[in-house]
Amino acid sequence: MIIHGRSIHPGYIEGITLVTPMKISFYGGIDPENGMVLENGHSLFGQSIAGKILIFPTGKGSTVGSYTLYRLSKNGAAPLAIINSECEPITAIGCILGNIPCMDQVSLDRFCTGMKLKVDTNQAIIHMLEEIF
Amino acid sequence: MKLTNEEQSMLQGENGKAVQKAMQILATLGKIYHAECLIPVTSVQVAGVSYDNLGEAGLEFLEEMVEGGGKARVLSTLNPAGMDISNWEALGIDSTFAHNQQRVIDAYTRMGIIPSCTCTPYLAGNLPHFGEHIAWAESSAVCFANSVLGARTNRDGGPSALASALTGRTPAYGYHLEENRQPELTVHVTQPDFSPLSVNNTWWFGALGKAIGLRFEGNDEQKILYITGIHLATMEDLKAFSASLATYCGAALFHMHGITPEASSVPQPSIDIKVSDEEIEEASLSMQTASAADVDFISLGCPHLSINEISHLAKLLEEKKVVREFWITTARSTKEIADRAGYTKSIEASGAKLVADTCCVVAPIKNRFHAMATDSAKACYYGSSKNAQLTRFLPFEQVIQLALIPPDNEKNQ
Repeated sequence: MIIHGRSIHPGYIEGITLVTPMKISFYGGIDPENGMVLENGHSLFGQSIAGKILIFPTGKGSTVGSYTLYRLSKNGAAPLAIINSECEPITAIGCILGNIPCMDQVSLDRFCTGMKLKVDTNQAIIHMLEEIF
Repeated sequence: MKLTNEEQSMLQGENGKAVQKAMQILATLGKIYHAECLIPVTSVQVAGVSYDNLGEAGLEFLEEMVEGGGKARVLSTLNPAGMDISNWEALGIDSTFAHNQQRVIDAYTRMGIIPSCTCTPYLAGNLPHFGEHIAWAESSAVCFANSVLGARTNRDGGPSALASALTGRTPAYGYHLEENRQPELTVHVTQPDFSPLSVNNTWWFGALGKAIGLRFEGNDEQKILYITGIHLATMEDLKAFSASLATYCGAALFHMHGITPEASSVPQPSIDIKVSDEEIEEASLSMQTASAADVDFISLGCPHLSINEISHLAKLLEEKKVVREFWITTARSTKEIADRAGYTKSIEASGAKLVADTCCVVAPIKNRFHAMATDSAKACYYGSSKNAQLTRFLPFEQVIQLALIPPDNEKNQ
């Protein structure tokens, strides 16, 4: 199955999804050293976003959050790619700084954690490969 | 979004890596906000300066931009840093922080960004004119520039403002477009009988900003306000109001009848609300979480004080002794005038500190002070959220009076 969206930052990766219906604040909400979600009450609290295709509706919080994505990338703890329903500037700029493939305008209810995807953010296309729960 | 040939070549990396990254940021913002094109800007204010906010990640990014050959193409000035660059020891800043803060300033300076280190660039050589397209970060300065000066800017973040500095462009969306500057809601207020010479009114304007903010709490959509009932407002009052409205309302632009330049050329919205004196009083009381005896830190200068405010302050501190830690924060250029006028001498003789380049919001003071007294509604917000302080929100002169009374004398108050 193929899903189309809008390209935010180009890239091409294959990986496993980590999905949340909640917004993410990268500044203060994510540990820049290892990608752990620190925000109390968040559905991903205690999990790491490192090496995952991170799927969430949109970003929130301080604009300094862009630098958190950059730092995650420098530390090898960035998500493989980011997919949003509506990308906002903090996440978009963070993906540009950290060179993280990113796309948006995708309906998120088709995804759950543990799916295997091939993501081509140049073409803004997602291939669903298999579901591994 | 349409790009010119020159912009295309920037995007393809022909002007170096830093410009390429900058153009990627602007092109992506343009895409997200459906801008038709980029437009030239002639003034930039860059935020993301305090090492306390930026951290090692932000600093590494800036150094990468320096390596990539980034150079400012237009007048670009800098937000406050986490310390007084030339007098940080006096503020109790540790030397590791000072070293890293200096690296940040050096990176910006090497890119040709003027290290003005102030949140009031319009008082320090970066004063855009009516209708000028600019790209400013620093929410209080954005609100002042759009509303009071009639210049045109969105609320840029640190990286996007830097991108504009290095390319001289910004995407044409939001407050750059005439149709997005029209007021949507009238707010009626009743201004108390002010003395035009008083410096105490900043406090009331700060409380008004918060009172309006409380009306819209929980609303994601920010309406452009048309405010009526203000008969008298100094530059300092509008500076305080812009800071408060930006903090509590997320506002980037307001119109004020009889005061701001676009108010006479835009229609007054028929949908209206009244913000009562009681609401302003409540907003003020909500910032009184500390008793007078609690206060161990006194701060004036959020936003940075004008030379007029400093001259009043110096007179009130003449031949007095302050008995609590007292920071008075301003721009370096304003401090040098204060030095020459003798104000600095009076202030420092009292034991208060006249500090340049930084402020109580961006200095690394978390866990150092328990309770802050200030005339700034914005400082109360960041004091309680970022620095875990209790706050005491008072008019300018009462803040100074509090600095002169030992905490022990007030236990029963």
